[in-house]
Amino acid sequence: MSETLYAISVDVNGRRRTGQVPARLSLVDWLRDEVRLTGTHVGCEHGICGACSIMLDGEPVRACLMYAVQAHGHRVTTVEGLARPDGAVSVLQDSFCEAHGLQCGYCTPGMLIAAQGLLDANPDPTEAEIRDAIGGNLCRCTGYQQIVEAVRLAAARIKESAP
Amino acid sequence: MKAAPFEYARAGSVREACELLARHGDGAKLVAGGQSLVAMMAMRLLRPAWLVDINEIEALQFVAIEHHAVRIGACTRQRAVERDDALAARVPLLRQALAWVGHLQTRNRGTIGGSLAHADPAAELPLVAQVLGARVVLRSSAGARTLAADRFFAGPMTTALRPDECLEESHWPVWPERRTGSAFTELSIRHGDFAIVAAAAQLALDADGRCTRAAFGLGGAAGTPLAFPHLAARLVGTRLDEAVVQEAARAAAAETQPGSDLHASAAYRRHLAGILAARALRAAHAAALAR
Repeated sequence: MSETLYAISVDVNGRRRTGQVPARLSLVDWLRDEVRLTGTHVGCEHGICGACSIMLDGEPVRACLMYAVQAHGHRVTTVEGLARPDGAVSVLQDSFCEAHGLQCGYCTPGMLIAAQGLLDANPDPTEAEIRDAIGGNLCRCTGYQQIVEAVRLAAARIKESAP
Repeated sequence: MKAAPFEYARAGSVREACELLARHGDGAKLVAGGQSLVAMMAMRLLRPAWLVDINEIEALQFVAIEHHAVRIGACTRQRAVERDDALAARVPLLRQALAWVGHLQTRNRGTIGGSLAHADPAAELPLVAQVLGARVVLRSSAGARTLAADRFFAGPMTTALRPDECLEESHWPVWPERRTGSAFTELSIRHGDFAIVAAAAQLALDADGRCTRAAFGLGGAAGTPLAFPHLAARLVGTRLDEAVVQEAARAAAAETQPGSDLHASAAYRRHLAGILAARALRAAHAAALAR
């Protein structure tokens, strides 16, 4: 039996990507296996761990709970899209390095997306707001403390550099 | 790919969604935010032959504030409702409950209608619907009907929706009393998980501090969310002192029919039901007194 393929066109990190996908292909599998953006990680594959978080039209969502076909006509930002245009890491990413906000790195792309979503909406978050924003992302290495510190550091750096 | 194969159709309108449901019958499933459905399909607990996507129907994404009720389109994101200050001023229980629903990433995608139609007995939004007596509009190619929450929720993950019907919008009553207070509380293993037991309450007071109207309920305590209008009626005319609150909570807990699972026994759930109902009533009372 051959499955029906659906034509999709998605803006991924500012670039138009097209594909022919079976309906049941998850968005995260398409991004990794077809678009070859492997920064986004696959964890639990049923919406619990947050590793696959991406931004859909600017808001963090779980890419394992969407089919690629549903992203047709939408704008997706993956962790690769957080870097500066020249490829250098963003202030948030650098803050994760600085504050030791990662160890094994598996949860990191999801954490970065969740944290970026927070900072976009709320540039000066409280610790409680930071913890709430990353509450849907599991990390088994850091105990979360350094991740919270990394986000706080990023917020402070962004504030400092603002005109 | 974890889900079983299916065919996909993106509906451009509610009419088109209804036509697709009528054509494919029981084998078709609507997908809104998909925050429960897609996970269930990944586990192959569900294997629909057709998935009808209603996410692109703009007419299903709205919040309309009217005199007696707030109308919310079925595909309105939970996050949009949570952020809506005008709505929160009129139906505060919705924002209070949404703080307990999943996580930011799931509320960005999850919808109000999807949560109601999924009808998890421990979910927060169905409990608020039951407590406030929200109404849902169900549309099929044959027309529309409106059901009150207590007629809509039929059992665990089971509603009055027919296979050819689409939940189109929900109507949430606005209490006009100036001194209205509400509260939502729950116990879950981790914040964002489904509740072991949840409680919601809304109370109105007169200038004297006497209760003029009351509603409260429990989630996770039976096959559907429970409201207790007969017990709430006994609160009217009182000053909601501790003995009155305790008695209402005790009576409500006695009416629950909780199940046992890995996380909690039925006896523990019933115990929690009494504790949380009392907490919700006290907090709603305090909120009303502060107004």
